[in-house]
Amino acid sequence: MDKPTNHKAWFLVLPVLVLVAFSAVIPLMTVVNYSVQDTFGNNRFFWAGLEWFEEMLRSERMWNALGRQLIFSATILAIEVPLGIFVALNMPKRGVWASVCLVLMSLPLLIPFNVVGTIWQIFGRVDIGLLGYTLDRLGINYNYTQNAVDAWITVIVMDVWHWTSLVALLCYAGLQSIPDAYYQAAKIDQASRWKVFRYIELPKMAGVLMIAVLLRFMDSFMIYTEPFVVTGGGPGNATTFLSINLVKMALGQFDLGPAAAFSIMYFLVILLISWVFYTVMTNLDRKGG
Amino acid sequence: MARITLDKLAHSYLPAPKSDADWALKEMTHVWEDGAAYALLGPSGCGKSTLLNIISGLLAPSQGRILFDDADMTHAPTTARNIAQVFQFPVVYDTMSVRDNLAFPLRNRGRDPAYIAERVQAIARMIGMEDQLDRKARGLTADAKQKISLGRGMVRRDVNAILFDEPLTVIDPHMKWELRTQLKSLHREFGHTMIYVTHDQTEALTFADRVVVMHDGRVVQIGTPEELFETPEHTFVGYFIGSPGMNVLPARVEGTRAYIEGAEVELAHGYPALSGKVEIGVRPEFARLSATEGLPVRIRRVEDVGRHKIVRAEFFSHEINIIAREEDRIGADQTRVRFDPDRVNVYADDWRVSGEAA
Repeated sequence: MDKPTNHKAWFLVLPVLVLVAFSAVIPLMTVVNYSVQDTFGNNRFFWAGLEWFEEMLRSERMWNALGRQLIFSATILAIEVPLGIFVALNMPKRGVWASVCLVLMSLPLLIPFNVVGTIWQIFGRVDIGLLGYTLDRLGINYNYTQNAVDAWITVIVMDVWHWTSLVALLCYAGLQSIPDAYYQAAKIDQASRWKVFRYIELPKMAGVLMIAVLLRFMDSFMIYTEPFVVTGGGPGNATTFLSINLVKMALGQFDLGPAAAFSIMYFLVILLISWVFYTVMTNLDRKGG
Repeated sequence: MARITLDKLAHSYLPAPKSDADWALKEMTHVWEDGAAYALLGPSGCGKSTLLNIISGLLAPSQGRILFDDADMTHAPTTARNIAQVFQFPVVYDTMSVRDNLAFPLRNRGRDPAYIAERVQAIARMIGMEDQLDRKARGLTADAKQKISLGRGMVRRDVNAILFDEPLTVIDPHMKWELRTQLKSLHREFGHTMIYVTHDQTEALTFADRVVVMHDGRVVQIGTPEELFETPEHTFVGYFIGSPGMNVLPARVEGTRAYIEGAEVELAHGYPALSGKVEIGVRPEFARLSATEGLPVRIRRVEDVGRHKIVRAEFFSHEINIIAREEDRIGADQTRVRFDPDRVNVYADDWRVSGEAA
């Protein structure tokens, strides 16, 4: 059967194509362009092949930043996910207090990232910050600008403070969707609290929990503003995560080639890990559930 | 197994109930005999589920006591009551297999694995899911899930009572009939006390030995299906049971005569002087069309429902339904309705008044 052809339809797709081109494709291709060229200034570029990629893969600085990044993401996930679930389970189900809790929980999520950084930067200072001053007075030696462990603790606690609500709110939404009859049936079946969690609440939360883990992983893997404001990547390179490193390289040293090559690898790593996460979790979901 | 006694039980969802309407369950005293099958029948919102949840301990009553045999269970937790309950919408543990679902209540009570295996097998045979025991409960159809819920309700043999809260709502009609028959035979076999909540009169009348009719938070009549049909104690029972329901007409009653809008109706019994709202009730089955005797009516419509015909008639603005046999001819001259005097009930303020032999 002949279908009528009308090429004018392409015009309808054009606005989207233009928009995507300017917002995604062209910037990305610029980065690709830089990643395979070298320059000696004056806007003159030479073909460099995969040289920058090779250099980045050999760079110890990069591997160290990646290691720190992985430890950071794993740590905050290990804290925020169980803590978020715990908070969600203990939030009131209905009534005025449920609304109060919801508002309080969403407050940290509404604060701009650099403000969060500033809050903690001041909060932790030994001379004027409430936290730093108190710890100092209690005789605990705390100084995030000089001690790497203190810097790490500060950055992690800050992230937990900032983002646990997100996990908690998502889990809370999942819990709210469980009909009362499930809890009643569990009582009739004499299920323990743990079994109610394991067989009713957790399966019903699985979907939102997966979204929470993915979101938190991607965000924490790309984290820049808050640690940059608090520690500036220091002391030394102790809290220099991947994106901090990238910005230093691209804008501080103006090494556009290596920075571009690194950006592309960075992007691919996030994509890869997210994909693995998603596949594993949906498979678990199907098999376990 | 146990006899369950409700002693001056009442419940309100409000903290400080004032008027009569604030009580979801008005004060009632009632005994559920050990081993009987009851149906709790009433329209949505009449308090059936509230009563059920109070018996199973999911809800604490505002006042009164619940006794299992002679033990006061009013404030005992659900687990201490040893009761099984099946809910209106299927509750299955999605991540478990069908087998684990059925075994769950027994495992939680620490029963012996061999016994559990045997019970699960028996229940699976009963609900027709033997070949699906090892698949996950997730992704099953709603009626398969509800069968699992029913199975979980019945897997324990030593329960005090099994409560069903409109369990067959989501099941398709054929399976409904089959499951109801199985519940009934299960009852005959093991003699559990069963309380079956429904708003479907056919379901109630076929399942139960005794039907408890509830209306507006109150038990209005407890009786066998036959009693409910022949002598409804409350106009609501007359109206709710039967299709169409009982004809209820405002009347003036004097001795063995009732007068409806001035027209005389013969009664089989004599009645004392009645006060309040006086009505007579007669089932459509006991009314018939006549050319010569009875109330003069206007016939509005005749519906042929197969086995019989339903005649919709009107007497002053009161609707009267008559059930005529399929072979009865309905002629243009038949414009009167005659009631069988033995079958006419008299109601004062909605409650039946028994007459004295005339």
